Amino acid sequence: MALFFAAPMAIVCAYSFLTRGDYGGVERPWTIESFARLVDPLYLAIFWRSLWIGSAATGLCVLLGFPLALFISRAGRFRNLYLQLVLLPFWTSFLVRTYAWLFILRDTGLVNTALQSFHIVGAPLPLLYNDGAVLVGLVYNFLPFFVLPMYATLERLDPALMEAAADLGARPSATLRRVIIPLSMPGIVAGSVLVFIPCLGAYLTPDLLGGGKTVMLGNLVQNQFTTARDWPFGSAVSLVLMLASALLLAGLMRSRVAKELL
Amino acid sequence: MFSYPMETVLELRGIVKDFAGHRAVDGVSLSLERGGFYSLLGPSGCGKTTTLRMIGGFEQPGSGEVLLNGAVVNEQKPFQRDVSTVFQNYALFPHLSALRNVEFGLRERGVRDLEPRATKALELVHLAGKRDNLPSQLSGGEKQRVALARSLVLEPQLLLLDEPLAALDPKLRKEMRAELKAMQRKTGITFLFVTHDQEEALSMSDRVAVMNRGKIEQFGTPEEVYLRPATRFVAGFLGAMNWFGDAGVRPESTRVSREAPLGGPSRKCVVESSLFLGNCVHVNAILETGERAIAEVPRAQDPFAEGEAVWISWHPDDERRFP
Repeated sequence: MALFFAAPMAIVCAYSFLTRGDYGGVERPWTIESFARLVDPLYLAIFWRSLWIGSAATGLCVLLGFPLALFISRAGRFRNLYLQLVLLPFWTSFLVRTYAWLFILRDTGLVNTALQSFHIVGAPLPLLYNDGAVLVGLVYNFLPFFVLPMYATLERLDPALMEAAADLGARPSATLRRVIIPLSMPGIVAGSVLVFIPCLGAYLTPDLLGGGKTVMLGNLVQNQFTTARDWPFGSAVSLVLMLASALLLAGLMRSRVAKELL
Repeated sequence: MFSYPMETVLELRGIVKDFAGHRAVDGVSLSLERGGFYSLLGPSGCGKTTTLRMIGGFEQPGSGEVLLNGAVVNEQKPFQRDVSTVFQNYALFPHLSALRNVEFGLRERGVRDLEPRATKALELVHLAGKRDNLPSQLSGGEKQRVALARSLVLEPQLLLLDEPLAALDPKLRKEMRAELKAMQRKTGITFLFVTHDQEEALSMSDRVAVMNRGKIEQFGTPEEVYLRPATRFVAGFLGAMNWFGDAGVRPESTRVSREAPLGGPSRKCVVESSLFLGNCVHVNAILETGERAIAEVPRAQDPFAEGEAVWISWHPDDERRFP
């Protein structure tokens, strides 16, 4: 714990209060200048952008993941097979999988080639290097993190409750709305947090699929440590990012949701 | 005096249900008149719960027909059928208060004055004071009552009860018997009660259907099935029965004496044990054939001792023969 968690934390914390060195690194004196710079409109815009993209990706994961988890939880003896399929992408590297999306989305990629060969579009659609591509990449990469806790929650629902609802006259849609969704809120919240936090700090996906145009907090941190050579500011950004995530998690742990999940 | 019109509310015609090569229900036919209290009685695995689930619409019969008020409802989903089920473990919605649980079905039916009606149903089951409690804040007996109110408030054609008393402690279970029966009479709703407890079935029902291996062996009043069992299974399942070859004799009709009785059927045997039960004594005897018999006899001044050689006898009218 001390070596792998506390020590790096302490270093990042210390760096964020130091002055930047001319060729990277840090120097004295101690200062809070890095934190003051955070409220610069330029950086605030990046912050909001991360928040927006993270929220949108989380929302999409809920919309796609909930029906998927519900389907798997009712798939009987195929459950385990479907769960394995959800986990299948983890067998290859995150980086490789994100690169694969380049081949799907680029002008001469899978989607555009297909659309053109069926004469649905004349010219290739601009699918890559925009917010949409980043969203697709984030949803693709983090969907399993939503589906798994969601599945665990749905799988534990007593089937008798669904039967009771039908028995009392509820159509399947009403059973979903009045019984299944309210009872699976803990899973929805837990899954959303598990998706939202890594999305907020995503670096690789916006870098590759956003083509450098879609800058998120993760890219800002990377940028400060490399090209900008401003270690104190990079540390300050990552510290704020971490604090935001920690607060979100703390809120979750204190809520009723956590009690029901644990 | 007011009497219910004798009309059939439920009819089962040759219902068959197979599960993975195993025949759970094997040609069940049954007809229930409106306003009665009926029981499906049988050992676990006899197909009684499966039969109930097919009436509720949770299982599809392999063949045969389910008729409600004279109309075939095989194709109707549970939410389309005017029957309601009280589930074995109550299946109350854990996120809703007692009142909201009772309102659930009314809301689906688009009833306007939800709260007064739900409150009245909770009053009927003596739970008006717990209306805002969540199921987790209710005792087993109280959950049971909420489940009952939740179904009764819909005034279904038929109320199905799937071993609703099984999870209660014995004292409460006995109290609930009288209460269920009273509630059935008060509401006039037809009850179909599934149980493996013969005492429960006999004490509450107008008529009992005794099931075994997916078939109904006998359908009759409690007196009929107990005193005039149609099959050897019914005779043995409802109360204790001593078997002397093909003849079955109830313990309470079996007498014990130290001298050989003068005429009438009797057997010589040895007392294995004598159990004092307060209002009577159970004498367990071993016949010369090695078979066992129980005699329920009055308390005696001079009780039978273990190892004592005695005669057990009975009146020929009290024996039932099943070839």
